[in-house]
Amino acid sequence: MSKSTNQQTSKSSPPTLSVRNLVIEYQAKRGAVRAGRDISFNLQRGEAVALIGESGSGKTTAGLGIVRLLPENAQIKQGQIIYRRLENGRVTETDVRALNDRQLRQFRWKECAMVFQAALNAFNPVLRISAQFGDTARAHNYLRGRKLKERALHLFDLVRLDPERVWRSYPHELSGGMRQRVLIALGLLLEPQLLILDEPTTALDILTQRNIIDMLKDLRKTLDFSLIFISHDLSLAVELADRVATMYAGRIVELCDVYTTFKNPAHPYTIGLINAVPTLTAHKDRVTSIPGSPPDLIDLPPGCKFHPRCPLADERCRTEEPGMENPTPNHQAACWKWQSARESLAGGWEL
Amino acid sequence: MTVPLIQMENVSRRFQVKRDQYITAVNDVSLTVDEGEILCLVGESGCGKTTAGKMIAGLLATSEGRVFYKGQDIAQLKGQAFKDYRLAVQMVHQDPYASLNPSHTIYETISFPLKRHNLAQGDEAIQQRARKLLTMVDITPPDDFLNKFPHQLSGGQRQRVSVARMLTVNPSFIVADEAVSMVDVSIRISLLNTLLELKQKMGLAVVFITHDLALAKYFAWDGAIAVMYLGKIVEMGPARRVVDDPQHPYTQVLLSAVPDADLDATLQREPIQLRSMDVPSLLRLPTGCSFHPRCPYFEGEQCEKVIPQLTRLKSGVSVACHLVLREHEADLA
Repeated sequence: MSKSTNQQTSKSSPPTLSVRNLVIEYQAKRGAVRAGRDISFNLQRGEAVALIGESGSGKTTAGLGIVRLLPENAQIKQGQIIYRRLENGRVTETDVRALNDRQLRQFRWKECAMVFQAALNAFNPVLRISAQFGDTARAHNYLRGRKLKERALHLFDLVRLDPERVWRSYPHELSGGMRQRVLIALGLLLEPQLLILDEPTTALDILTQRNIIDMLKDLRKTLDFSLIFISHDLSLAVELADRVATMYAGRIVELCDVYTTFKNPAHPYTIGLINAVPTLTAHKDRVTSIPGSPPDLIDLPPGCKFHPRCPLADERCRTEEPGMENPTPNHQAACWKWQSARESLAGGWEL
Repeated sequence: MTVPLIQMENVSRRFQVKRDQYITAVNDVSLTVDEGEILCLVGESGCGKTTAGKMIAGLLATSEGRVFYKGQDIAQLKGQAFKDYRLAVQMVHQDPYASLNPSHTIYETISFPLKRHNLAQGDEAIQQRARKLLTMVDITPPDDFLNKFPHQLSGGQRQRVSVARMLTVNPSFIVADEAVSMVDVSIRISLLNTLLELKQKMGLAVVFITHDLALAKYFAWDGAIAVMYLGKIVEMGPARRVVDDPQHPYTQVLLSAVPDADLDATLQREPIQLRSMDVPSLLRLPTGCSFHPRCPYFEGEQCEKVIPQLTRLKSGVSVACHLVLREHEADLA
């Protein structure tokens, strides 16, 4: 499908994924770890959304929750995950939380594929890549034999690999960047309409990272899928995302297009995060750290979870958690002070 | 002329991989670090930056060449002189989850080197010193932390404790190997600032090893950056000059490829295309300039056959590239 038709459908058809008020908890000895708190967002057709946050902000939990791959001690307490498949102009809705095990196995990969962080460990080391593609295809009653190979080689070509060589290789014969690309190709094998990438470039070299980023940009132009990627790296969001969801203490605290995120952020945490990352062009004095450290997800502070680190916090922030405010129709921020935050913090983090 | 604190002179390090197969992880590297100076070693994984750092810290022997500490060859140091060097040069490791003993309290972790090296006598004095060290690395109030175990601390706090432990022996030189890469983005800068403050207060020299060029520029603002590729330094000079006006093609490629969190710069920039994406194997290093199979400005015979030497230009930057050196023939220092 070409890009122009992509845009047309994105206007007329409902979002690929709607997540509503998702609450996820892990059971730990000390109590419930509240890693997902009231997560809501829509993913439009063909869109790329970045889930950005520090470790322990709940971004991977959100990703795992969507494909229901959470570990045993975790539970979706509340909320709705609706996936919509578009085929020949017709939309089929799936309530992901209502799927049974058999339906889930079909949903995963065929509708929604997730590529995990450690590309090194995702493959079976004693099987050739061809066998691992074969396994996946067989499990989902997809193509076989020559047809399957054709499809795989086509995907290798798209992810800029030498198709014939990779098809015959064992995982150890491929570099980290190549394995990551094979994994993305494998994720796309069954033509899913939703792809979730968890830290797709972490642990890769700079030049390899660049290559993966450019490849993903191209892929999004040639293939028709929506993308969620999870990263702690703001620069990846700049490169790849249409919209950015900033997560803090298990919740999305700001959600808007990538330009606004960087040029006109409304949540103090987003502002702080952007200021905390040195860039190649920035002056040393521009970079400031956010004081304090992320909260304990078992013992969350009352009110706004960011208030212990926020210089703008007042009595209300300490007692009452803000809901989503709308600075503009397409911009959401969970902060009582969204109207003045950027201005108040313009002079620096110290007030 | 003053003697540099640390000097590497034509240092190489080979590792045996099979019976008669060797890789050269560090290849003919020379550099100096003066007292109170910062040097960032930058490069991709496998470029030899960690191996170089370990040789400076005396944790690895050199295969060829020598490392000098205050003018003395560290391989020849014996007895008290060796102990002095060992105490003066300390390392901060990458992973604060692995570098602290999980079964020791913070107090035990910090008091052990004090006792071992007899740097404080009596429980009272040791406790006081431990408190002071924790305060220096912004672990406050220290009394809340002395009896905690590493698992009760966040990653950033752990890394601060490992910095405090290293400071117990009053080093004059630290090697920080990717010391903040495991720490959350929002607190990275405050940890770097703590290191910079300590450097300022105690006159420490720092070799900071990182793959993040933006971080290197921030940390080494008034210091130097050395860019490594396949075991060699290809460009070295004042940090801001190297990042703002890169000379070596590899540095240029690297800077044009780094994903950067600056929206405007990212939208504007034109990436430089490499001739080949594959990093050559360390087992079969290319002849001549080791970057030539990938270099976008590859010129032929000279690049293929002659190894370019790291040569200092008048601007203070040293470059190992035939092309750049020819262009700047008049500016050779």
